[in-house]
Amino acid sequence: MSYQDKYEMVCGVETHVELATKTKIFCACTTEFGGEQNTHVCPVCLGLPGALPVLNREVVNLAIKAGLALNCEIAEFTKFDRKNYFYPDLSKNYQTSQYDLPICKNGRLEIEINGESKSIGITRAHMEEDAGKLVHSGESITTSDSSYVDYNRAGVPLLEIVSEPDMRTVDEVIAYLQELVQILDYAGVSDCKMEQGSVRFDVNVSLRPLGSRELGTRTEIKNLNSFAAVRRCLEYETERQAKVLNKGEKVIQETRTWDDSQGVTLSLRTKEEAHDYRYFPEADLVPLKIDPEWVERIRATLPELPAAKRERLKELGLSGYEAGVLTSSKAMADYFDRVMQNYADAKVVANWIMGDLSALLKANNRSFEDCPIKPYQLADMLKLIKKGDISGKIAKTVLEEIYTGGKDPAVIVKEKGLVQIRDQDALEKIIAEVLAQNPKSVADYQGGKEKAFGFLVGQVMKATQGKANPELVNKILKEKLQIAY
Amino acid sequence: MQLYTLTVHQLSELMAQKKISSVELINAYLERSSKIEHKIQAFITHTKEEALAQARIVDAKRMQGEELSPLAGIPVAINDNICTAGLKTTCASNILNSYIPPADATVVTRLKNAGSILIGKTNMDEFGMGSSTEYSAFTPTKNPYALEAVPGGSSGGSAAAVAAGEAAFALGSDTAGDIRQPAAFCGVLGLKPTYGYVPRTGLISYASSLDQIGPLARDITDLALILNAILGHDPKDSTSATVDVPDFKAGLVNDVKGLRIGLPKEYMEAGVEGKVAAKIQEAVKQLEDMGAICVEVSLPHTEYAVAAHYIISCAEASSNLARYDGVRYGLRVEAEDVLSMFMQTRSQGFGDEVKRRVLLGTHVLSSASYDEYYTQALKVRTLNKQDFDQVWTQVDCLLTPASLTTAFKIGEKAQDALAMYLSNFCTIPVNLAGLPALTLPFGLADGMPVGLQLIARHFDEQTLLRVGYSLEQNTDQTSLKPDLDRE
Ligand SMILES: [Zn+2]
Repeated sequence: MSYQDKYEMVCGVETHVELATKTKIFCACTTEFGGEQNTHVCPVCLGLPGALPVLNREVVNLAIKAGLALNCEIAEFTKFDRKNYFYPDLSKNYQTSQYDLPICKNGRLEIEINGESKSIGITRAHMEEDAGKLVHSGESITTSDSSYVDYNRAGVPLLEIVSEPDMRTVDEVIAYLQELVQILDYAGVSDCKMEQGSVRFDVNVSLRPLGSRELGTRTEIKNLNSFAAVRRCLEYETERQAKVLNKGEKVIQETRTWDDSQGVTLSLRTKEEAHDYRYFPEADLVPLKIDPEWVERIRATLPELPAAKRERLKELGLSGYEAGVLTSSKAMADYFDRVMQNYADAKVVANWIMGDLSALLKANNRSFEDCPIKPYQLADMLKLIKKGDISGKIAKTVLEEIYTGGKDPAVIVKEKGLVQIRDQDALEKIIAEVLAQNPKSVADYQGGKEKAFGFLVGQVMKATQGKANPELVNKILKEKLQIAY
Repeated sequence: MQLYTLTVHQLSELMAQKKISSVELINAYLERSSKIEHKIQAFITHTKEEALAQARIVDAKRMQGEELSPLAGIPVAINDNICTAGLKTTCASNILNSYIPPADATVVTRLKNAGSILIGKTNMDEFGMGSSTEYSAFTPTKNPYALEAVPGGSSGGSAAAVAAGEAAFALGSDTAGDIRQPAAFCGVLGLKPTYGYVPRTGLISYASSLDQIGPLARDITDLALILNAILGHDPKDSTSATVDVPDFKAGLVNDVKGLRIGLPKEYMEAGVEGKVAAKIQEAVKQLEDMGAICVEVSLPHTEYAVAAHYIISCAEASSNLARYDGVRYGLRVEAEDVLSMFMQTRSQGFGDEVKRRVLLGTHVLSSASYDEYYTQALKVRTLNKQDFDQVWTQVDCLLTPASLTTAFKIGEKAQDALAMYLSNFCTIPVNLAGLPALTLPFGLADGMPVGLQLIARHFDEQTLLRVGYSLEQNTDQTSLKPDLDRE
């Protein structure tokens, strides 16, 4: 029995996304991923005595941009606060964050579930700094003889986006997260590199009896770093809570952690043990006034967002499915648009991008971000097909050649002699030879076995190394077979 | 002529005329220190060799005819909570007793660029928390006027060093009167500039919204020269003001005619010692004789300022001092696990007064008491500021005692945290409001210096200097010298 038979899930998500700035939020250190431990640091992000933070304006720009992309109100007056707690990955033992006056609030985004649209509220989004990273000699900080701290991440700018508890199924949660990450990716607010931990999720989840309007007691599961982890975690946690409720017990309000290897959530601390973060205004920074002109300046830089792009692609004649796949990453959608600038057949372009090109990239572990085939090259290749210079089959070879060698398709076709044979006389001669060599198939065909025709076409293509124009081959072959008949 | 008693501008003149060299000057100060430092204990670190090396460089530049700042070649003492690159900066705390900063504070860079010679780092109350320098983790500093008395605090080492002739001037920090009260106790001048006028970059924070670096010196002209060097915007400090810096030296005038000076009644009614009150009356009369218009004014929320300040400064301190945990620098006490290491390090590294304020600050920010204490304190802060805004419609500056008493005895208040804090009654409202204020000596009472405090509008340091300069030019009460050679 699933929890859904008796209960409804209520879920909200806090998403921490790394903002795509070159330098950290309060100092000039690089935000580049990796690097020798403690090399991307300075007195400010190390929290040395006397060092003071200076706000990176680009962080504010990106936060405004994210807010606009998520239909938020942008605060005219915002400030930073200190969130106080002791942990060795925090160089000052407080995190500079925003408490009561976040930069963005009251936004929303639309998700599509079973063909129906649903609006998910965004409570707020605020700017804050990331912490450093602990490296333990053993399993964890409590079981290790020693631990090291790498402060390269300390001070990397984050945006924490808090949703309303508007999601009722795991699918809705995943749809929300996918849409959110896509929007942030499109807006250029974040690289959204999940594998580098640039997006992390905390989920708040509770159950309530079906039909109830009251909220149940929730648990918070922190630090999930992939959609898959969120899905598995929620599937586990909802069942766990359902079991507790079914036994007539109460769910304990607490913070839990997801153990991915065991596939379970574990209690981290209860409400009684919850931190008192003692938020208060950060006096080392001045409050920020954001005038409407600033917001408008940022709005002008906002690109087309996924929902709008999907609509546009559908208007070009693509199916909802195709539009969805093509817009699933900004890089892929941008690639599509660029090919379309030179070859405006949406259906054909979509097929090639979603089919052969995607497969090729996947096989080579690459993405559209660093696709070696330039959009104009793909467009040029499609033009060669349309002109009849190459067949679709030959085109697959050409595509691989462009991928590996980088040469333009016309050059490849010429160098490799891949131009289609459309010379009627030459083809007639080759076909005559094929028929002469395959009397049995000719007889079969004439005896009513349609399959034999395909075999004969294949033999012609083989004899021409695939370069024969397929329509011409069909036409001549049919004529010859009829004559022979 | 004893070089260690002269002012910066007098010494600068002598060097410009090539009558003395900077090396001679530094040697004179070092010699003075060798005679009296054991009595005063103003310094945590002396920089003898480096000071002489720097003096030789300045002398060489002067010989080559390079144009030099009036501060060039002059020995300066710097409070030990202001970072000096490559030189131990301890905040008079065991937790930082071997901490060596990688960079100079902006003010230190500015003084070095002006050619000033760093002669040492001065003693203070640990992290600036105290009013007598008794809460130094190392040693209490003595008052040059009476070795059994405190020099005030927290910048007591700086005040004593300037008074005793161990530095021509000094930089201290002022969170609650920490420059002005010790300056008054030691008979020198102290100025807390407008909040934001001097960059805090490199000042080890006690309470970020209240801390301000400022000078201690022997006369108004010296203060003007120092302000010229250290004021002005620093992009590395977000709270640093972008206000233009006038030439304070050029702006000095001996004229208070028509200037309206307010006398806040709440200060005089707060239990001022009789002998101090008498000196204040004398100063008022002097100013009126010179043509100033002195009027009584009211700052009705003054009585709440100390409590509000205590709450806000402790709250900020509890967070600012959280970073001293043994992980990255400073003292580390090894322990079983990381939490024990934090606790052991902080237990052993901080003195009692620091612990008291960190605990109090943590308490007032906790969710159970936040509204009752911290929020209330912020409201008082606003009311306090409004009080001042109101009097600025009536007067150009305020005159108050720098302290309700002259310097008290060592040990008298060390065990009484409240009495200690109340000794900053006159100076605290100024920090809460971010205003500039000057204290200057006005004669002795029972052999101990009495200090006047002048308070002006934001960024109106010029009015402070104008009143101070006029008093200095027309009386002999502002220039005091202790007799340390007796006994
Ligand atoms: Zn940094």
